[in-house]
Amino acid sequence: MIELREVSKAYGGILAIDGLSLAIGRGELVALIGASGSGKSTLLKMINRLVEHDRGMVLFQGEQVRSFRPEDLRRRMGYAIQSIGLFPHWNVARNIATVPMLLGWTAARIAARVDELLALLGLDPAVYRERYPQQLSGGQQQRVGVARALAADPEVLLMDEPFGALDPVNRLALQQELARIHRASGKTIVLVTHDIDEALRLATRVVLLHHGRIVQDGTPMQLLAEPANDGVSDFIGRGDLGLRLLGQHTVAERVRIGEAADGEAIAATLSLREALSVFVARHTDRLPVIDGVGRALGAIHFADLLRNNG
Amino acid sequence: MAALAFGEGSPAAVLVRNRVLLVLCLAAAVVAFGLAFVSVAANRLTTGVGVALHGLASDGARWLGLPASVLLWAVFAPATRRRHAIVAITGSLLLAGLAWLAGREALAQSASLPSLARVSFGGGCWILMLLAWLAAADALQRLGLALGWRSLAHTALWLPLLGLLLSGGLDALSLLKEYDNRQDVFNAAGVRHLQIVGATLLPALLIGVPLGVAAARHALFGRNLFAVLNVIQTVPSIALFALLIAPLASLASALPGWGIQGIGLLPAVIALTLYALLPIVHGTASGLAQVPAAAVEAALGMGMTRRQLFWQVEAPLALPVLLSGLRVTTVQVIGLAVVAALIGAGGFGALVFQGLASSALDLVLLGVLPVVALAVVVDAGLALVAAALQGRAR
Repeated sequence: MIELREVSKAYGGILAIDGLSLAIGRGELVALIGASGSGKSTLLKMINRLVEHDRGMVLFQGEQVRSFRPEDLRRRMGYAIQSIGLFPHWNVARNIATVPMLLGWTAARIAARVDELLALLGLDPAVYRERYPQQLSGGQQQRVGVARALAADPEVLLMDEPFGALDPVNRLALQQELARIHRASGKTIVLVTHDIDEALRLATRVVLLHHGRIVQDGTPMQLLAEPANDGVSDFIGRGDLGLRLLGQHTVAERVRIGEAADGEAIAATLSLREALSVFVARHTDRLPVIDGVGRALGAIHFADLLRNNG
Repeated sequence: MAALAFGEGSPAAVLVRNRVLLVLCLAAAVVAFGLAFVSVAANRLTTGVGVALHGLASDGARWLGLPASVLLWAVFAPATRRRHAIVAITGSLLLAGLAWLAGREALAQSASLPSLARVSFGGGCWILMLLAWLAAADALQRLGLALGWRSLAHTALWLPLLGLLLSGGLDALSLLKEYDNRQDVFNAAGVRHLQIVGATLLPALLIGVPLGVAAARHALFGRNLFAVLNVIQTVPSIALFALLIAPLASLASALPGWGIQGIGLLPAVIALTLYALLPIVHGTASGLAQVPAAAVEAALGMGMTRRQLFWQVEAPLALPVLLSGLRVTTVQVIGLAVVAALIGAGGFGALVFQGLASSALDLVLLGVLPVVALAVVVDAGLALVAAALQGRAR
């Protein structure tokens, strides 16, 4: 879907991207992660030509991005940013309709799409359609921002630290929405973040950048279990490594089917990290487990958390 | 702390709930008894003899007791929206009432005086009208209305006075006699004044807005442009008018038949346009500068072209600031157009300078007052438009 070959970009003689190659396949959710100055935002913006690369090739659907008109390219890629950038003089519906209007959709099709997206992002269309951005909370604004990026059903969604400015509650909620949208739509998503937990939670693949080069490229599990070097370990955080590993697995993987236990049940979809928290909080070593519709599934023991890690 | 020790403890400070109004009332009392309310002169050019409020030939001064007691009550009444409204209405009616009183006195005097004699507003009357307006304007401010309603209310303050003027209640006053004698000249001056303002604003907008856009896009160009515009702004208007006479006169002799003249409307409009550029360019540039960078990035990132970005995002978001620049410009041009009469451009300034030359003060006023009124009305009108635009974005 997107491919970079030996791409370089320099600002004032300093290389922001240094001979980088990367191929992103259809349906992947790739997190570009790194410290500030690692080139992750530059890399993202080279895909939709907000930044032009100096050397190498950037391909979209097998064609060089330079062969497209920038507007045409960008209208095929959703774009959401940390500072959201809703248009303050337009109401929510008009904001979401930005790209469909540019593409010349009919009014009826746009109205239907706006309502569909508001509902998808958990905002009641009847309440929020006519509101103006300044009447919304930060979390609601970013929901509208994501809805706007998705409006014309783009082939690729580019997101530049989209949840970075949100409070933890809203950030978690929107991360879950994004994961759900990704699962349901199978869209290719490229997400820039400096939050390792966000990358591990959402991404199917994590690309760690340092000084414009790829340091490690793999699944979240690979990043945690086999860090390429000490720098990667430092970035992940040695102290929380165990917790983050637990965060990669769900209770469903370790549940002892049919076994009974006392106490309030936990959901099988919970991560082991969350389960650990429940064990410690309840001072117990056994918890009953239920499935998605509330049926008893079995139990999990405290020791199961350590079973065949990785 | 000093205010606490003195203010809170003393009984007067507890009772006085509106210090501004108290000061205005005290000043009004001093002026009412100390200064001439009308001035009576043998003819339109001589200096008149002052008549104080209590020495008026006509009765009616006692009616002033009514608004005076209402305003005094308001000094001590609790600060409610009702009180503010009452003060605003009283101030507005008092403003008209004072003019009515002067007009009534002029009518009463004219019976006993020779036909050339003139009765004009005295210094005391002017100051009392100013104080009444201040009381009303202050009360409107305290009402805390939204921008659009506020400018409407401020305009409405003048309605009783306007009604009085139109109903002929002031016709016996010298100012209105002056108008009566020069009605045609006055009307022509008004039309010409509006022509000057219109002919200035149109090119100023056509040139200023693109320059403002360019200044916002290119920082270096913007700095140089503002340096030039600032220098223009510091040249005194009379000097600028005079400076244009020579080049335009030579242009006129080089291109006969184009209607170019070294004096008259053209140099006036050119000079005024040069003055008007700074606020318009500045309004445009700072309007564009305050468009959120995130909105611009999002617009480009979603595939707007430069042109779509400008018309759909930047221009609408910059418009309120441009409009406030236009407000400043329009009021400034309406005022400066008076001076343009010096180089034969006409307008209300012609009345002013004619009056100054013949030391006929009422003729000067006849030129100045409509200019002030025009500026106030246009300012309020543009404020209304700005408020409507803002309201749409809320």
